[in-house]
Amino acid sequence: MTSETPALELRGLRKRFGQIQANEDIHLRVREGSIHAIIGENGAGKSTAMKMVYGLYRPDEGRILLRGVQREWDSPSDAIAAGIGMVHQHFMLAGPYDAIENIVAGAEPEAPAWRFLPRAFRPVDRAGARARLEALSRQYGLQVDFASPVEELAVGVQQRIEILKLLYREASILILDEPTAVLTPQETTELFANLRRLRAEGKTILIITHKLKEVMALADQVTVFRAGRIVGDVARERTNVEELASMMVGRRVNLQIQAPPAPPRGEPVLEVRGLCLTPASSGERPLRELGLEVHAGEIVGIAGVEGNGQSELLQVLLHPRDYRARSQGEIRCLGRTILNPGGGERPLSTARIKALGVGVIPEDRHRQGLLLERPVAENFLLGLQGRAPFSRHGFLSGRSAREAATRALEEYDIRPRSLDVAAAGLSGGNQQKLVIAREFEGKPRLLIAAQPTRGVDVGAIEFIHRRIFRARDEGAGVLLVSSELDEILVLSDRILVIYEGRIVARFARGEASEQELGMHMGGGARA
Amino acid sequence: MSFELAMVEQLAGSTLRVSTPLLFAALAGLLCERAGVINIALEGLMLVGALAAAAAALQTGSPWAGAAGGAAAGAVLAALYALTVIRLRSNQIVAGTAMNMLAAGLTPFACKLLYGSSGATPSLELGARFGSAPIWLAWGLVLCCWAWLRFSVSGLWVRFAGENPEALDSAGISVNRVRWLAVLAGGALAGLGGASLSIFLSSSFSRNMTAGRGFMALAALIFGKWKPVPAAAACLLFGFADALQIRLQGVALWGDRPVPVQFIQILPYLVTILVLAGLVGKSRAPRALGLPFQRD
Repeated sequence: MTSETPALELRGLRKRFGQIQANEDIHLRVREGSIHAIIGENGAGKSTAMKMVYGLYRPDEGRILLRGVQREWDSPSDAIAAGIGMVHQHFMLAGPYDAIENIVAGAEPEAPAWRFLPRAFRPVDRAGARARLEALSRQYGLQVDFASPVEELAVGVQQRIEILKLLYREASILILDEPTAVLTPQETTELFANLRRLRAEGKTILIITHKLKEVMALADQVTVFRAGRIVGDVARERTNVEELASMMVGRRVNLQIQAPPAPPRGEPVLEVRGLCLTPASSGERPLRELGLEVHAGEIVGIAGVEGNGQSELLQVLLHPRDYRARSQGEIRCLGRTILNPGGGERPLSTARIKALGVGVIPEDRHRQGLLLERPVAENFLLGLQGRAPFSRHGFLSGRSAREAATRALEEYDIRPRSLDVAAAGLSGGNQQKLVIAREFEGKPRLLIAAQPTRGVDVGAIEFIHRRIFRARDEGAGVLLVSSELDEILVLSDRILVIYEGRIVARFARGEASEQELGMHMGGGARA
Repeated sequence: MSFELAMVEQLAGSTLRVSTPLLFAALAGLLCERAGVINIALEGLMLVGALAAAAAALQTGSPWAGAAGGAAAGAVLAALYALTVIRLRSNQIVAGTAMNMLAAGLTPFACKLLYGSSGATPSLELGARFGSAPIWLAWGLVLCCWAWLRFSVSGLWVRFAGENPEALDSAGISVNRVRWLAVLAGGALAGLGGASLSIFLSSSFSRNMTAGRGFMALAALIFGKWKPVPAAAACLLFGFADALQIRLQGVALWGDRPVPVQFIQILPYLVTILVLAGLVGKSRAPRALGLPFQRD
């Protein structure tokens, strides 16, 4: 370690929430003008540590030193005043207002001619703010449209607005929380270029992430968190992805599993033809002439930036009755027509569709997949409650349910091995494994897997991917929807790209590069 | 001909007059709701404002003192509301309804204590009533409110408090302080609305004299998409319906028998329902409306 004063230093930080020791013995030195990656699985304590740094939490113990001087703060605005700012994963922007108002809110320049009014009633000096922001935007190469409501801007631009917000407040240390989660690969490339430029201009950058490839592409130094502690702190050039993953998980993991050879393609299990959906609210996206087929024994991956109709497609597939009036086209599933507004047939109910042999890993397991307050045993039964052997003459058979659930805990390695703990008490990976165990219980012939590894630890990802392959090899058709491009590339036998409610490109396994997919995901117009 | 012209003039004047309480109340609601606090307590705030204004004007003989009394009473009840919904984070619909019930019960009770009658206060002298001042004041406030919300520093804070309070908080501005001030100022405005009922449109406070105007103002606010000028235009529409209903009372529309007055009186409410049900369309509420703010 060099003798120069670090931009930021944490000495022995400790934080406890009730029974949970979230951070213990955190020592960290961040070099001035570097990009420093903070990695770790969900719940490893990296966010807690960063929240102490930018003032949202107060450490129970330990000290934060800014350029060698001990500092304490009570709120994010104190931290900002000291020069530390955070770009949150969910942007802190007010949609209907333009970039200027969003950036200056809370630190408004006032028009000088109105000094006679009390401060709160003076007009905001928009022209002055704009001039300053344009200068900043030029200096750091951050292209932003200052005039439109921010909700009309691309996510990548919104992120630049968040960064400008910090620069406007003269932050010298920028923390970015999972900054690439919502970006297309192209936007990610742009962001990295922006971050390198910021580093060149002397800013210090911390990025919280779990994407190891990005760490290797960008960071100078990497700190690994596990179970509330720091388990590794290495220079980027002295490590590699495998080593980082092992440090995160605490054992060797296989990151990129090899796709086993695909079985011969069977009958179609899902056919969607010319599906159109008229949105009912501004939050809903339209579907436009969307068509796809999934055959038995193949995995069809839908790649796309979130919010391009994936959620709506899943909703229509599972709840066609709710969408009958607003949709056109036809959906056939396992030989049955489940939606055909033109044909006059009544769409099938969700329960009937699932009973055809459809397993579902929902997008949002907390809202759509689990009853968080209820015990594991009941969650395992969810959706199976009407079937033998779990139901006899309309009565639940608690015993056979518990037996099956006990077997599933074992087979899917769900921890803790308890049927009576509430689902909320499981980690993300274990919750997801519980959902998968349940959905595989009925040996589905069509598996709809939406974001199957979202918020799941690295160790569980491998397991889940293997299970999906196994379902395919046993003859199920799999429709995979994921915003993780890596996941799409590893799992899919065929890849479809969705953009603004339409399939805009189709590839077989190995045909498309990440760049090519990314281009289509962004609408392809920039090519 | 000249008779009809006079009627139009009369109708226009009457529209301006009866829409004045609605304007104050709609601005009051706008202030709260743009800051993220639902305010269905407008009705109750107006009611206490009406009584306090009448009492203050009776006491002093000055309509301006009456207006000040009305505004103060509105602000006091609004402080109670702010305490429950901002500080204690109770449900804003329930708390607002409670405020309305409180005001509906409290005002006749206070009236009885003060003047021996729960039905009405004694009538005001002409000099203790307003001429046309409230109309000017209300429209002046509409313009001020528009400019303030759009251009000023605190207007920006109010808009962000209603749209993305987390953003405002992370910028170092206390969301709940902004909301407190907005609700208090809103209470004062609603109190002025009540005052314009008792010491401008009529000459005394009478029991339940708001007769749903607080809710009508709320409808105007939503119809006006939470923007001052369109909301004011909606108030004018409702005011026109009210003025028309007054004008049509006792007029024979079909044949020689007048339409029963009860039917005519439905008119402003009918317009409100039709407007809300049919014409509102894509009006978008502030995103954080009704959500208590708490830092995580």
